[in-house]
Amino acid sequence: MPSSSRDGARSKSTGRADGGSARHRADSPTASSCRRYPEKTQPPYLYPPYKATLRRAPRKPLIVVPHTLSEVTGPVFGHGQISETDNDLTRQHAGEPLGERITVSGQVLDDSGRPVPNTLIEIWQCNAAGRYAHRIDQHPAPLDPNFTGAGRTLTDSQGRYRFTTIKPGPYPWNNHPNAWRPAHIHFSLFGTAFVSRLVTQMYFPGDPLFPFDPILNSIPDEKARRRLISAFDMDLTKPDWSLGFRFDIVLRGPRETPFENKK
Amino acid sequence: MRTKNSRGRDLVPTPSQTVGPYFQIGMSGAREIPRIAAPGASGERVKLICTIFDRDGVRIDDAMIEIWQANADGKYNHSAGRQSKGVDAAVLGFGRVSSNSEGICVFETIKPGRVPGRDGGLQAPHLEVSVFARGVLKRLATRIYFAGEPANEEDPVLALVPKARRNTLMAEPVASSTGGEPGAWRFDVHLAGRRETVFFDV
Repeated sequence: MPSSSRDGARSKSTGRADGGSARHRADSPTASSCRRYPEKTQPPYLYPPYKATLRRAPRKPLIVVPHTLSEVTGPVFGHGQISETDNDLTRQHAGEPLGERITVSGQVLDDSGRPVPNTLIEIWQCNAAGRYAHRIDQHPAPLDPNFTGAGRTLTDSQGRYRFTTIKPGPYPWNNHPNAWRPAHIHFSLFGTAFVSRLVTQMYFPGDPLFPFDPILNSIPDEKARRRLISAFDMDLTKPDWSLGFRFDIVLRGPRETPFENKK
Repeated sequence: MRTKNSRGRDLVPTPSQTVGPYFQIGMSGAREIPRIAAPGASGERVKLICTIFDRDGVRIDDAMIEIWQANADGKYNHSAGRQSKGVDAAVLGFGRVSSNSEGICVFETIKPGRVPGRDGGLQAPHLEVSVFARGVLKRLATRIYFAGEPANEEDPVLALVPKARRNTLMAEPVASSTGGEPGAWRFDVHLAGRRETVFFDV
C-alpha cells in the first residue's frame, strides 16, 4: 500500500466539488485562496447507509464562499500545553494498557506538498477490547483502567508526528443489524487556516470489516478511501517492542503566500 | 516556491470522517475553550448561546461547535499577512464547546470588528463557525452575523445568500424580558429541515 502522500493523482474534473458547487474566481491581489477539494474525494453529507446522516445532513446546496482573511487564517493553539506523555497513550496511568503496542507515525503535508510544521494533532480511540472510556459506550467489553485513549502532539519542523498507543479493537454499533466498525483511530488537525481543518479516522491494513462499513465507504473515490488506511511499516517497527504503522495526512493549504497586503 | 510534490503533482487532501459520538475523549471535555475573549479585551462583550437542532427540530446533545473570529479591530490572531492593526492579547479568537443535554453551546467573547473582503471593501462583523457531530461526515461551515448591524447590508458574503435565507445566519439579541442578560445573543443551528441554516462550501 503506498503511503497517502505518494498516492496523489487528482481528479481531472475541476467542476463540482463534492456536496456542492465550486466555481472559479479571479484571483484578487489582496487575498490568497486555497484549492477546492477534488471531486469525489470527500464524503457527501447525506449518505443513507450511514443512518445518522438522514436527520443531520443539510439538503440545500452549500453556498460557495470566495476565500477571505476569515477563511485563510485559523487558530494556532495547543502550544505550550503538551506534556511528555501526551503522545504516548501507554504511559498515562499507573500500569500499562492491555493490547498490541503500536507506533503510529507520519507526515502532515499541505496539498502543494509542503510540510505543515508545528500544528496540533489530537487523537482518540477505544481500547484493545473495542470499548471507549466514555459514559455512553455500553458495549459489553471490558474497560481498561490503564487506558484513556486520548493523545495529542505537535508536528515537528518537517510536519512529522509520532504516537505510541495500543491497537484499538473493532466494536459493534447500532447502524444496522450486526454492524461493526473496523478498528480505527480518530484524528483531528487544524493546519494553517480555517479551511484546512480536518477530522478523520485512520484504519489498519487488511481489516475484513472494510466492505461493510458505511462510514469509510461514504467516500466515493476508492483511491481516496485507501488514503485513510495506514500502512504497516517495518522501519517504524521497534524490535522486541512495537509494530509500526505509517499514516500521512494532507491538509488544504494556501495556494500562494498566505496574504499580501500592500499597507 | 514549491507548488507540487516530488512527482510534480498536487496532493489530494485526506478525506474527512465523522467525529462520532466519543470525540469528547480527545477534542473536548477538559479541553473545551468557552472563552474566546478574556475580560479586558476591547470591544462589546457578547455571551453567545448556540443551540443545535436536527431535521426534525430535535436538539442535538452530541455535537461540537468551533468559532474563529477577529478582535474588535478586525484583526485575526494569526501570523498570516501583515495585517495593519495590532493583536489584542486578550483575544484568543478561537473557541470550542460540545453541546450539553439541551443541545446548547455557550461562548464568552466580544463582537469582532470588520475584516477585509476580497475586493478592498470590508465585511460585516461575523464569526466563522464549524459544526461537528455524529452523523456529520465532514465539518459543516457557517457564519454568525449580528442582527441589526448596518454593515450587513453591504457584506459581500451575505450578498451571495438568497434574501429569504439570510436570517438563518443572524444571531439575535436575547431580550432581558425572556431571561436574557446584557450582551446575550442567541444563534440556532438547524442542520436540516424547514429552517435549515445556510452552510458554506469553504
